[in-house]
Amino acid sequence: MFSGFMANAWIVATMVAVVAGVVGFFTVLRGSAFVAHAVPQAGFAGAAGASLIGVSTLAGLGTFAVISAVAIGLLARRGRHDAVTALALVFMLGLGALFLSWSEEYASAIYALLFGEVLGVSTNQVLATAVLAVVCIAAVVVLYRPLLSASVIPEVAVARGARVHRMEMCFLVVVALVTTMSVPVVGALLMFSLMVGAPGAARSFADRPWSALGLSVVISVVIVWIAIAASYETDWPVGFFVGVLGAVFFIAGRCWVAWRGSGARGARRPGRLAARPVQLASTAGIGGEQI
Amino acid sequence: MIAVIAFVNAIFEPGFFTSEPVRVALVVGGAVSLVSAVVGVFTVIRGQSFAGHSMGDLGTAGGSGAFLVGANPLWGFVTFAVLGAGAMELFGARRPRGRDTATGIVLGAGLGIAALFLYLGTTHSNTTGATITILFGSMFVIGTSMIPVFVLLSALALGIVALLYRPLLLSAVSRDIASARGVPVRTVGLLYLLAMAVAVSLSCVTIGAILSTAVLIGPAAAALRLTRRPGLAIAWAAVIGLAVTWLGILLAYDSYYWPPLGRGWPVSFFVVALILAVYVAADLVSRNVARHRGRVVSSAEGPAGVGGRAQPMLSPVAGVD
Repeated sequence: MFSGFMANAWIVATMVAVVAGVVGFFTVLRGSAFVAHAVPQAGFAGAAGASLIGVSTLAGLGTFAVISAVAIGLLARRGRHDAVTALALVFMLGLGALFLSWSEEYASAIYALLFGEVLGVSTNQVLATAVLAVVCIAAVVVLYRPLLSASVIPEVAVARGARVHRMEMCFLVVVALVTTMSVPVVGALLMFSLMVGAPGAARSFADRPWSALGLSVVISVVIVWIAIAASYETDWPVGFFVGVLGAVFFIAGRCWVAWRGSGARGARRPGRLAARPVQLASTAGIGGEQI
Repeated sequence: MIAVIAFVNAIFEPGFFTSEPVRVALVVGGAVSLVSAVVGVFTVIRGQSFAGHSMGDLGTAGGSGAFLVGANPLWGFVTFAVLGAGAMELFGARRPRGRDTATGIVLGAGLGIAALFLYLGTTHSNTTGATITILFGSMFVIGTSMIPVFVLLSALALGIVALLYRPLLLSAVSRDIASARGVPVRTVGLLYLLAMAVAVSLSCVTIGAILSTAVLIGPAAAALRLTRRPGLAIAWAAVIGLAVTWLGILLAYDSYYWPPLGRGWPVSFFVVALILAVYVAADLVSRNVARHRGRVVSSAEGPAGVGGRAQPMLSPVAGVD
């Protein structure tokens, strides 16, 4: 289970899980789950196009992921964020369908790109993944504070002079990078489950940003390890286990919150960071976001 | 006269109107895009595009499950989409971002289940075509025997939207005002999700997951750039939805003779490309109109009019989120 090709699978999947936990934390905080779903699928069109003209799939994937992320960011300045994301998503998928119809390899190509091939990872891919993982984590570390304040309560960040829209663009590009790194390995669909499931659950268990972030990484890694082991044993697709485990952890988090809320402690003690936004929100008459 | 015929032939390649598959595509595609466009106006106003898209992917899980047990895929699509709608409503907090995450969790689980069903389907019965049919849809899944069911479900989706017209708009503008006026906001939201689930599964099973999202969101988003009156927006969305679908089918038919392979380009590409073009055009028009009225562009984005912003967090500074 840990030898030969499986060794690469474990290494790559763990790296992907750590990055998904970190970037996913901000995805959930910002409510950008739809973008996290759309960008990998847009990358899928790029990969299909690249395989058509015979260049590296990774390059095609990265190019299209970044283009679609930037396009969403630009179009969403005016207009509705979610509708614009949906439009970008379907356009990229349509383009992917066009590229696939031109190429000869049809069904298997779709299947591999959407669901990933974690059990067929080469050493080169391990290196490429490691480099992109370091870049993504570094970007998040550098952007941590401004990104956090722009995500939790943008109004205050704007009032304090932060460039919220620039933060949004940076974040979208990070999502695109994460996509480029993970899609060839774990597939577009699985990466999405990981980026939403683990942080979504972590938010229920932890109040403070750092502990929620750490927990998100831990849960993400645990989900991936269980999924690979289970997939190895049963031969069922990894994506199935990741998706279902993500939902299980999320439901567990919700139960934890409900159980704690019904306890003798009465009102829930707001986290350090959440306290101020809620107060501000009540005076300004807008819905505050608690971490 | 000859010139006219040549011109018409150049646009409608010979046999367009006599071909049976094309006729089925025009009727079925037109019908589902009409229903989706009408339902989609509320999806965009209420900021539920993600949920609308997820219904399609959840339906995919149901469709692949139906392939597995040999049932008609339509039932699989409808069952899973409706179950997914229930789960989203159950998990979804009242906050928009909580709803976003809940939708994501349900979608992730659904995609996982779809992967499993597709895997089991391909290993046990060797139906590789199933993946393709489910992702890209097939106009021919609807046999003549299914047409009454199809019509009934379309009527159900449209009926719910027509019945809930006012409470839906009111609760989209402001949840608080709606509940203060005695609108059962949660029930209305759940019923609307059900209508959307039905509409999406109908379009998904016939025209595929990609086009399903495209005709749900695209025409409605473009229409809402053109007008902020909900009634007018519904009419615009219906017209745009029908036009792009039919034009897409026509172009796909014509593309049979186009390079590079001479075997036709996919319909889905044409429809999504047309929709994007219409949306960008509508966006430009709305900006010009706003400028002519001597207003700041961003004020057109304010919370006035219909839903105003999709994300109910009415930020004082436009363009923040």
